[in-house]
Amino acid sequence: MSSTESTGRILRVAFTLCIVCSVIVSTAAVVLKPAQEANKSLDRKRNILQAAGMLQEGASIDEQYAVIEERYVDLSTGRFTDDVAQGYDQRSASKDPASSRDIPLEEDIAKVGRQADVAQVYLVRGDSGDFDKVILPVHGYGLWSTMYGFLALESDANTVAGLGFYEHGETPGLGGEVDNPRWKAMWPGKQVYRDGEVELQLLKGTVNPASDDADWEVDGLSGATLTSRGVSNLISFWLGDDGFAPFLENLRNGEA
Amino acid sequence: MDSMKDTLTDPIVKNNPIALQILGICSALAVTSSLQVTMVMCIALTLVTGFSNLFISLIRSFIPGSIRIIVQMTIIASLVILVDEVLKAVAYDISKQLSVFVGLIITNCIVMGRAEAYAMKNPPGASFVDGIGNGLGYSVVLIFVAVIRELFGSGKLFGFEILPLITEGGWYNPNGLLLMPPSAFFLIGLFIWILRAWDAKQVEEPEFRMANHTVAEEGA
Repeated sequence: MSSTESTGRILRVAFTLCIVCSVIVSTAAVVLKPAQEANKSLDRKRNILQAAGMLQEGASIDEQYAVIEERYVDLSTGRFTDDVAQGYDQRSASKDPASSRDIPLEEDIAKVGRQADVAQVYLVRGDSGDFDKVILPVHGYGLWSTMYGFLALESDANTVAGLGFYEHGETPGLGGEVDNPRWKAMWPGKQVYRDGEVELQLLKGTVNPASDDADWEVDGLSGATLTSRGVSNLISFWLGDDGFAPFLENLRNGEA
Repeated sequence: MDSMKDTLTDPIVKNNPIALQILGICSALAVTSSLQVTMVMCIALTLVTGFSNLFISLIRSFIPGSIRIIVQMTIIASLVILVDEVLKAVAYDISKQLSVFVGLIITNCIVMGRAEAYAMKNPPGASFVDGIGNGLGYSVVLIFVAVIRELFGSGKLFGFEILPLITEGGWYNPNGLLLMPPSAFFLIGLFIWILRAWDAKQVEEPEFRMANHTVAEEGA
């Protein structure tokens, strides 16, 4: 009995076990990585298509995604840039001080902290060669979590084509209703800008369709005031001057 | 062979880990609002319990008593990471919904409990069967809870509409409480009640009895 309990034996057992387990776990991680990456990218493409209202269930996602052109935008100039590394990821770039900026507290209405200098946007090309839709990545803080999503705009770069969040941790049944298809169906057709300012926002309660402002208003989520405010804030931030406003302006004038 | 069968079936009804031992309740509350997610969780937990029991039993004579818990944890944690990685690769949507709960199988008391109580003292074959049996016992309760929660909470089973909801133009007004975690408490409570009404042996002896009230003590 003393032999199983000796210090040397304990160390040997612990060490061997750790080696064996770590080899198994890392082998699995390496072997399964390609499949996981493929799933992740499929999920992202699916969300982009969904936000643009172009997703058809049953059809191959990769085929549907073929019409979408991935471009990069320098947010400070609002123009397309090709000066990015292969496999650029906006989210990891926003954590690197070399490729992002710290947003001053008073400007940071969406509470995102840091903003990447270059954003990835998605264009849907029409038959004429002009773009039909532009899909912008947006994120901002809700009640519990940062909500990540895509906002799609029509070719006037002002009318909403759709909105969808692919990652959030809001309360299921309350703030989690940002995923509700009926709520998301209220977005298409809404307007973003009025006289150059971002007007689009969520109301507390329901929108009065007779109101003059109805085109710039979306129903708030009941029981989720802070999540609704978060959605309004991230729209104001990302479509505002610190976000995509200069780019959308260029896009409208065909100068991007 | 009979004892093997008992090892497998006992934890399902007679010695159910959730209903009798009241272990592993946390994940039973969290993942049971949809049947599909529940099934994946049940399969994951059953496999982890089975294989952790198997491996721990295989090396049980080498495990020094003083570090046995951490050794068990290491084996369980490795298996859980494996399951999580596989899920991410083959069932991405479900793994997104299960999120942290797959990882939390590590802390599920059923897995640890069976490793410590059974696998440390029994041969590998029996330990494996015991692990699978306990996983199935957990699954029975979870599936019972999930069927009720999904059917009456959102009118669906496996995501297919069974009871058409009023909001979608049907007649069924769903019970929102069933989609919230506390409803699983009520359902598990009912399950335990039914089980113990049927098999009175499972009713626990009261741990203490009320003493008779005496006037003398009140004065003191």
